[in-house]
Amino acid sequence: MMNLPLFAAFWLRLWHSGFVFAVPLVIALSLVYAATRHEEMKDILRHALRMGITITVFMAVIFVILWYFSQGL
Amino acid sequence: MAQPPPSDPAAPPPVELKDPVLAAFLAWLIPGLGHWYQGRRQKAVLFFVCIMGIFTYGVFCLGGNNKLGYGRAVYFAFNQEEWRLYYFGQMWVGLPALPALIQAVRVSNGEPPIWHGFMAPPRMMVPKDKLTEEVAAQPTIHDLQSALAPDFDYATTFTMIAGLLNILAIYDAYAGPVVVPPSKRRKMSSSDKEIPEKTDAEKLPA
Repeated sequence: MMNLPLFAAFWLRLWHSGFVFAVPLVIALSLVYAATRHEEMKDILRHALRMGITITVFMAVIFVILWYFSQGL
Repeated sequence: MAQPPPSDPAAPPPVELKDPVLAAFLAWLIPGLGHWYQGRRQKAVLFFVCIMGIFTYGVFCLGGNNKLGYGRAVYFAFNQEEWRLYYFGQMWVGLPALPALIQAVRVSNGEPPIWHGFMAPPRMMVPKDKLTEEVAAQPTIHDLQSALAPDFDYATTFTMIAGLLNILAIYDAYAGPVVVPPSKRRKMSSSDKEIPEKTDAEKLPA
């Protein structure tokens, strides 16, 4: 079962960090880029969703790598 | 280009692009306006909401306050003290970023900024004999950085990305959507059906 206080603390910490600013940027970037590849809204949204996930996963991987190498600094 | 080769059976229908040059200019002036002019209303709304959304957020929510004025991260300065190259990314938003140029011209002529410092450049080094009360009231870049940190940098990023995204929208208004190769299109588009490759005999004209 999910630990609710821990979950809330995680999101509160995320809110106070700079990560939260990535959310509107990722959404806008994905939608605009996808809209320049398709004309139908359905295709745009599908492409944007996939691109948003790709960007988020890519940033998460980079974050984990940097976090790992920053340990002990 | 917008129009795919006619021999491609899985290609989407060609897009009607009304007056591409005028549409591209309108798309630069206000994000989405060029698409609205072309009758591509859904994409017009999408571009306007996404691009103006992050630009407005950077200008009003992150890049200023009541005391310092708003839009402080969008300004033009091109002198020995500061080369504000970010503006070359921000200016692609068009009309919403133009007040920065008006303010830059006024300040370079020795006049004080207007509109409560909206998109005005920060105060640079001024000789004491030219330091009027109005000019002295303007914040320096250090004042902005310390008062708005770290939002000042976020505001710069948001507004610059908005401008750069509008370059894509301008191109889309001019040339239509970039054609995706058929091999990728089958994965992306739900409306496209799998169409078998034509044999050499079928490709020959009757």
